Amino acid sequence: MEILSLLLDGFAVAFEPLNLALIVFGCAVGLFIGAMPGLGSVNGVAILLPMTFLVPPTGAIIFLAAIYYGAMYGGAISSIMLGIPGASTAVATTFDGRPMAMKGDADKALIAAATASFVGGTISVILFTTIAPPLADVALTFGAPEIFALMLMAFATFVGLGGDDIPKTLFSIFIGLVFGAVGLDIVSGEPRLIIGGIPGFFHGINFLVLAIGIYGIAEMLWTIEVSKGDVMISQASVSVKRTLATMKELVGTWKTMVMGSVLGYFVGILPAAGATPGALMAYGIAKTGAKDPSSYGKGNINGVVAPESANNAASTGSMLPMLTLGIPGSPTTAILLGGMVIWGLEPGPMLFIEHKEFVWGLIASLYAANLFALVINIAFIPAFIWVLKLPFTILAPVIFILCVVGGFVPTMDMHDVWLMLVFGVVGYLMRKLDYPMAPAVLAIVLGPLAEPALRQSLLISSGSFSIFFTRPFASAIIVTAIILILLPVLKIIYEKIKKPAAA
Amino acid sequence: MRMAELVMGLVMGVFSLYLMWKSAELPIGWIAGEGPGGGAWPFWLAAGMLVCCIAIVVRWAKRITPESRSEEVYMDKRTMRMFLLNAGSLAVMIGLFHIVGAYGAIPLFLIFYLRFMGGHSWRLTGTFAVLTPIVTFMFFEIALQKTLPKGFTEPLFLPIFDMIY
Repeated sequence: MEILSLLLDGFAVAFEPLNLALIVFGCAVGLFIGAMPGLGSVNGVAILLPMTFLVPPTGAIIFLAAIYYGAMYGGAISSIMLGIPGASTAVATTFDGRPMAMKGDADKALIAAATASFVGGTISVILFTTIAPPLADVALTFGAPEIFALMLMAFATFVGLGGDDIPKTLFSIFIGLVFGAVGLDIVSGEPRLIIGGIPGFFHGINFLVLAIGIYGIAEMLWTIEVSKGDVMISQASVSVKRTLATMKELVGTWKTMVMGSVLGYFVGILPAAGATPGALMAYGIAKTGAKDPSSYGKGNINGVVAPESANNAASTGSMLPMLTLGIPGSPTTAILLGGMVIWGLEPGPMLFIEHKEFVWGLIASLYAANLFALVINIAFIPAFIWVLKLPFTILAPVIFILCVVGGFVPTMDMHDVWLMLVFGVVGYLMRKLDYPMAPAVLAIVLGPLAEPALRQSLLISSGSFSIFFTRPFASAIIVTAIILILLPVLKIIYEKIKKPAAA
Repeated sequence: MRMAELVMGLVMGVFSLYLMWKSAELPIGWIAGEGPGGGAWPFWLAAGMLVCCIAIVVRWAKRITPESRSEEVYMDKRTMRMFLLNAGSLAVMIGLFHIVGAYGAIPLFLIFYLRFMGGHSWRLTGTFAVLTPIVTFMFFEIALQKTLPKGFTEPLFLPIFDMIY
């Protein structure tokens, strides 16, 4: 009952005129960003975060969360209309969404994607509402060792479940943490890692500089490289009659939607997993469990519904560890977390006590964002198609300008703009060699929180690392982290044992 | 691609060593009563970076990763041209922020990108080149009250600020 009353209070915050306007605007902006090939929620949130200094902190985070949600909806639009995923989270939607569009059922695929996103979003927000408060209560008992252990586990998931090259993943984590340590030493106050003696490093490296560099500039350079060829836009004719017929057909897909939503939510909670693997797993399960698996990949509506419900549910799932534990569940929530720290809203269990209004306002805004994203998505299908027709030579310079100005505004220092360009260029060159970039962004956000947690833990234990193994919660988390780190090694050993046996 | 993988591993390895050296400017060991020295955290992380770079180079030599086996060109001529044009024009725009300021650099960048790289009409180029700095000014300078660099054009803005404030 208490949760219900808190949620009602949250709705009062979310429905304040300014916040409501920000939800609607955020959803619309997110939908457009998500619909553009190569851009996803993380790019939108990174590039637009500096623009939110105009509104109060609660409104700013509600706006960014609405962009996150809208982009998850929007990703499906270019997957279906162009056959190019708006973001990696919508890759699985292409498998059946594009064949549906090629058959002349683009409107059907778009409505199915929007409805599945709505169901995924709603189920996951309900799960979030019920799980978040008890989890925050448990997290209240956490001290420095548990907090550090949690951060270690967040990084371990990238190693164990990320699926990328392990030395490159670890390198990305380490370099992000080192960049987070630049500036002044937190204890002695002495300058630390002032690279090249450049004074601009005295104020540290703002996480936004790295985030905009990677998700703004590097991403644009990457998109310019990969989208060399011409793309073919499908035609979509939307009518009330066809929409109602599609809705009827969608009733038959409820099992797939529920499966995708629950799976996506729990996969989304894991920092290295998130919406992309969640959507791919949901697609795989829907196909495996189908009566006619051969129809998948040829325009089966369930093939659109499964990944779309999962990727939206995952976006909500990734907010759970961010709000309750202070550990982001995805690169987008890592940037949201950084934004919250800027506004003095340090994520973690104390947020549920000290800033109740904000937390429940944000949760309530997710319910509202879900509904508005659905309505805007269906109502503005022609507008999204118009955006998709915009030449990239118009979008690219506008985004570059937003990146440059956005990189300058947080610190008002041109040094940061140059640094952002360097990160963007090096990030692009590294991405071409398959260095994962998400762990570095997560690390630069978590680094300044992880170092004091480690220092405090070691001070309590007089320098002994045994403290992480003697406290029940910390030891359980550390053991899980160690298992995750060893997972790829265990996989190799298992495969080596299996090979001779098979031979 | 194979050569690029090696070069990146080596360059990042050298950068890791530099970061280790910079971190060691502060104590990296245990200080009684204070805990780990100020340089310990970044030092050991940079050491971790170095170990990863060594692993990347060893895996390159053993041709384990797809990039280390790839015979593909890292950047073909067209990609290189696009990369240099985009990153180069961006660098020039940022450089111009120091000289002509944001409101001079942004239109120049848009004219170059839209007209000469994109081949768009003068009408469209002109519309973007005029409207973008106006919208930027109204949003950042008036709404957010965040001053963007103006270079030598600073005095031109004083009458506008006098009018607004």
